[in-house]
Amino acid sequence: MSTIADRRIEDAGLEAGIARLTPEKIKKTIEAVLAGECGARLKTYIETCVRCGMCAKACHYYMSHKDPSYAPVGKVKQTMWEIINKKGDVTPEFIHQCAQVAYTECNLCRRCMHYCPLGIDTAYIMSVVRRICHKLGVTPQYIQDTAHSHSATMNQMWVKDDEWIDTLFWQEDEARDEMPNLRIPLDKEGADFMYSVIAPEPKFRTQLIYQAAYIFNAAGLNWTMPSFPGWDNSNMAMFTGDSEIMARIERQHFEAAQRLRVKRIVMGECGHAFRAVYDMGNRWLGWKWHPVPVVHSIEFFWELLTSGKIKIAQKYPGPVTVHDPCNTIRGRGLMDKLREVVNMICDGIVEMHPNREHNYCCCAGGGVINCGPPFKNVRIVGNKIKAEQLKATGVKTCVAPCHNCHGGLDDIIHKFDVGMELKFLGDIIYQCMEKPEAE
Amino acid sequence: MNQLYDLAVGPLTWLAIGVFVIGSLYRLAAMYAMAKKKDGPYLTYMSWRFSLRSIMHWITPFGSLGWKENPALTIVTFIFHICLILVPIFLMSHIVLWDQFKGISYPALPDGAADLMSVAVILACLYFIWRRVSDPTVKFVTSCQDWTVLILVLLTFCTGFLSYHQIGSSLVMTTLHILCGEAMLIAIPFTRLSHMIFGLFTRAYIGSEFGNVRKARDW
Repeated sequence: MSTIADRRIEDAGLEAGIARLTPEKIKKTIEAVLAGECGARLKTYIETCVRCGMCAKACHYYMSHKDPSYAPVGKVKQTMWEIINKKGDVTPEFIHQCAQVAYTECNLCRRCMHYCPLGIDTAYIMSVVRRICHKLGVTPQYIQDTAHSHSATMNQMWVKDDEWIDTLFWQEDEARDEMPNLRIPLDKEGADFMYSVIAPEPKFRTQLIYQAAYIFNAAGLNWTMPSFPGWDNSNMAMFTGDSEIMARIERQHFEAAQRLRVKRIVMGECGHAFRAVYDMGNRWLGWKWHPVPVVHSIEFFWELLTSGKIKIAQKYPGPVTVHDPCNTIRGRGLMDKLREVVNMICDGIVEMHPNREHNYCCCAGGGVINCGPPFKNVRIVGNKIKAEQLKATGVKTCVAPCHNCHGGLDDIIHKFDVGMELKFLGDIIYQCMEKPEAE
Repeated sequence: MNQLYDLAVGPLTWLAIGVFVIGSLYRLAAMYAMAKKKDGPYLTYMSWRFSLRSIMHWITPFGSLGWKENPALTIVTFIFHICLILVPIFLMSHIVLWDQFKGISYPALPDGAADLMSVAVILACLYFIWRRVSDPTVKFVTSCQDWTVLILVLLTFCTGFLSYHQIGSSLVMTTLHILCGEAMLIAIPFTRLSHMIFGLFTRAYIGSEFGNVRKARDW
């Protein structure tokens, strides 16, 4: 039986962070977070957990390693229970362990909630551990860099304001080879919707912007994108525990939509961004629901296809399997619409099991992939169960409507020789739709 | 021993029931006040419909993914909890005491059934003990308090079983039984046993959040 101490990983951010800590600072910070930000939820979760261990089978890390220290309850034992039992009197090295568990061995995917009879939200407990680590300045270097970027530029990838606009012009220009009157309308007030993307799209997945623009133009939609900060809907600060920056990003995103007086926000195929916009930012900002309605691409494509605005010329040769991303399925219940969309654009679905709300995580989400190379092996080896799940379908294509899932699944597909291609919904729709110019 | 018995069956019983009832109510009220003060962005999504929907799925054996994936534990857990709650309330010997002290009487379980149910609780406790020792995941997270509450339940039912069957000194067994039972009642509001008080609410909250916000199942 191992513990987190047996698999310590060196990370520049974590090492520099704990070097600055003193026992007094740790205790003071922990007390401030527990007394100031936590309430009945944390108290009842810690107190009522009967240590039954049922949650173990929920976690892909546990299912891949079969090691108790990877079980959700095992992670809480190695972090929050210790913190509370010792009333914050813990060492800097212990904080390193907390950070490693909470940032790199839990994807906050919330699958364990389907296993706990008492409904204990382990993901929330891990988020509190992250919050403490953030307040102590002990965060993995790579993900902290993205949080810094959010803070300085309001996007995740240090994309400068002019680079953003330039990238959109570039994609518009490229797409005009195919559709001569194509527009990516910037700052169009009163449009039906604002389309927001994550910063990795302009940075290195520009074809996704191209595809979306093509689909929206072909459907004749009245849409816009902001030319100013607020265009990035991703939010890594949410995962580092930096709630203040997290909320700034969300407010700016909503305010961009309000400034453009759009009817709603349509978000690209990203899971964590949807979690931030749909579930997190509004709560921290004190709004019960969203000031501007929020629609994920899965649902939006479903609308376009069912209303006939987009027609499929020839279905994607299949069958394909469908990966249910945690943040849009367990987080928003889009599993039926996702399947309806896939059935409309692909040649049949072979389900992976378990699926829908019970699907295994991609092991990239929750900021884990963003913690970078030092933790990559743990994350990939920790998701052997997912590779086996994919292999068992026997198909060659997996549809995964989430960027993080693509990152995580891509890694295990290579590591475990799954031999599968990954597709976004947009990839397939763009490829298979009736194209007006082609007529 | 007779004096201890009188103490246990008289004042201590009322003390235990008092601590259990008032303690539980106090803890619930305090927790609700704290939730209102500190957990506003979460409390606001509470919904009767989704709370009950979630609770119904989870009080049904094999009604949720967690139960389905842990079949042995599920069967033992349900038998254990049903018997643990029904036996103390509907046992003839207990009703006789209610009648004797307060003139309250209500239908009892047949003695044979209650006896079997007590044995079931004892066997379930032995299963839990075995699990805590042999399952590495459970062993990894088991602490002193888990043993204390488990042994407390086991002792209460063992002594009850022995005194019913007149094995050993009846007076000693009965007195021990009463004392253990009282300790258990007192422990409920202040130990892990408080899942009896808070369990429904934690379940209700996550049910509400999944139903109301996430539009997804939580079972």
